[in-house]
Amino acid sequence: MELFDVFLLEAVLNGLLLGGLLALLSLGLNLVFGVIDVIWICYAELIMIGMYAIYYFYVVFGWPLLLAMAAGVLLVAAAGAALHQFVIRPVLAAEPINQLLVTGGVLFFLQAAATLAFGIEFKNIGVSFPPIVVGEISFSMPRLIAFGVALAGMLATYLFLKRTYLGTAIRAISQDRAIMPLMGVNPGRIFIVTSALGGALAGLASCLLVLQYDIHPAIGLSFGPITFLICVLGGLGNMVGGFVAAFIFAQFISVGGFFLAVEWGYVIAFVFFIAVMFWRPQGIWGGK
Amino acid sequence: MRALPWIGLAALAAAPFSGLGNYPLHLLIQVLLWGFVYTGWSIMGRLGMVSFGHGAFLGIGAYVVVMCWNHWGLTPWIGLPIALALTAVVAFLIGYPCFRFKIVGHYFALVTLALSEITRLLIVALRDHTGGSLGVTPKTALTEASYSLVALQFSNKIVWFYIVLAVWLAGLWLWKKVDRGMGRLALQAISQEEDAAASIGINVTRLKLGVTLISALMTCVGGVLYAQYQAYVNPDTVSGIGISLQMVFGVIAGGMYVRLGPTVGAAFTLLLAEGLRLAFGNSMHALDSTIYGLMLVLFIIFMPKGILGGALEAMQGKKSVPASAQRA
Repeated sequence: MELFDVFLLEAVLNGLLLGGLLALLSLGLNLVFGVIDVIWICYAELIMIGMYAIYYFYVVFGWPLLLAMAAGVLLVAAAGAALHQFVIRPVLAAEPINQLLVTGGVLFFLQAAATLAFGIEFKNIGVSFPPIVVGEISFSMPRLIAFGVALAGMLATYLFLKRTYLGTAIRAISQDRAIMPLMGVNPGRIFIVTSALGGALAGLASCLLVLQYDIHPAIGLSFGPITFLICVLGGLGNMVGGFVAAFIFAQFISVGGFFLAVEWGYVIAFVFFIAVMFWRPQGIWGGK
Repeated sequence: MRALPWIGLAALAAAPFSGLGNYPLHLLIQVLLWGFVYTGWSIMGRLGMVSFGHGAFLGIGAYVVVMCWNHWGLTPWIGLPIALALTAVVAFLIGYPCFRFKIVGHYFALVTLALSEITRLLIVALRDHTGGSLGVTPKTALTEASYSLVALQFSNKIVWFYIVLAVWLAGLWLWKKVDRGMGRLALQAISQEEDAAASIGINVTRLKLGVTLISALMTCVGGVLYAQYQAYVNPDTVSGIGISLQMVFGVIAGGMYVRLGPTVGAAFTLLLAEGLRLAFGNSMHALDSTIYGLMLVLFIIFMPKGILGGALEAMQGKKSVPASAQRA
């Protein structure tokens, strides 16, 4: 019985670490939604692009890992800005559902283009860390790093939004899109900056994922749906809500996967999501 | 001009006897089958209910019938009503609270997305019974005979062609019924301004549920036919986010607001994929999806009414068309 509890504790703690990662994943998407009011269905595919970029910079070109990661973040940030400029901007005035669908087209495009360019075989950057053992519980080092970086990334985003002029402008425009242009804020510029920032957060997520998972063109499909659902569960655009929701989801997945198979953890999490939607459509954290 | 649809239909019905090879016939069956499924999706989609959850209904149709046959020896003729009943229950369970609590737009799309992912994950998780991600083949009943009505298995593609043709026509008829019914005007009002529609005495929840049920049941039938025709199903091809998005895009490419739009979308996407595959061979097998994804983006930006919708609109610029045809 005692052994059982230790493993359960391990599942809970690993769920906590996973929660940090999921929270970072949802952060960029939430930021973009909160400001531009558009859901990037292809968000996880941006992360996939970042993972390939890091792989190529590090393994193929032989750059130092940290430099490769920094370049990856910059690349995905540029991709985020480009996504807004060339895909979102033309449909900003169209029906909201068209904005959702157009990024779905980008999802197909990126996934297929990655298959075309990189093939379907799994790639790995080949960096491994020894597990950290505390008593009878073992942690994976990349997960611990991911947790720490995720928290730091969220704190940095928070400070940026609260303490800088640009951050204040972003928050203002997310509160009232119609009035802010009259106050001298250029929404087009703010949208581009926000998209680049959302892209950079996706890039940061790809740095952390690349340490733990193999890279393949369809990897976005395994993280995409859960990221959207976390954002919705927390209340779309509500970053604190998304943060809380990420940890709830991670516990369902980790502990559910401990008692049953991994898929069941996801099934329980998704059923929970639907149930919460009916109970509180504005998300668990929404004020209204 | 009035005879044109009938001439087209007669030509289509005669197609198998014009010396068409097996491969073009297979493509034609695929177009009609997916055209039917896409039509089912568009019945809901055009009224502002964009569902990413139709993979769930397709998966239920495909898997329930195959499971009934493989595990209990139940003929698809019994499996079909079971699948339809299950689909109706699921559609109601997801639809009723959504419409009651006014979950619309992005939120509706994402709630239904969760539903189709749940279906996919359940099929994978129940791998002891469903074969998991490897997929499953219905046990063949064609060891001696070339067809089996009990097992709904036919080795002759011409039989499949007529089955699918009949179902497709029924789908178009249903589309027209919903389009011409009283409810559609009400639903269009709902999709534009839900609270205002409710204030003039429209029962929003009931109307939306009705349309959702028709759409879900059609998709379920499509799933059954797909499984029986292909004689192989796999969780990624009949459920989950991939196929759900594919349905949405097929409809958008063809044109959501015209009756034949979804079918044109199915034909376009299928022929594009096949054409590119033939042109470039299997070595470049992702090229077709790359171009497909790029075209979707361009479509939504530059031609949001789809191929057929856009073409009809361009024609309307030259001559005047009755108001009813403009809307349909």
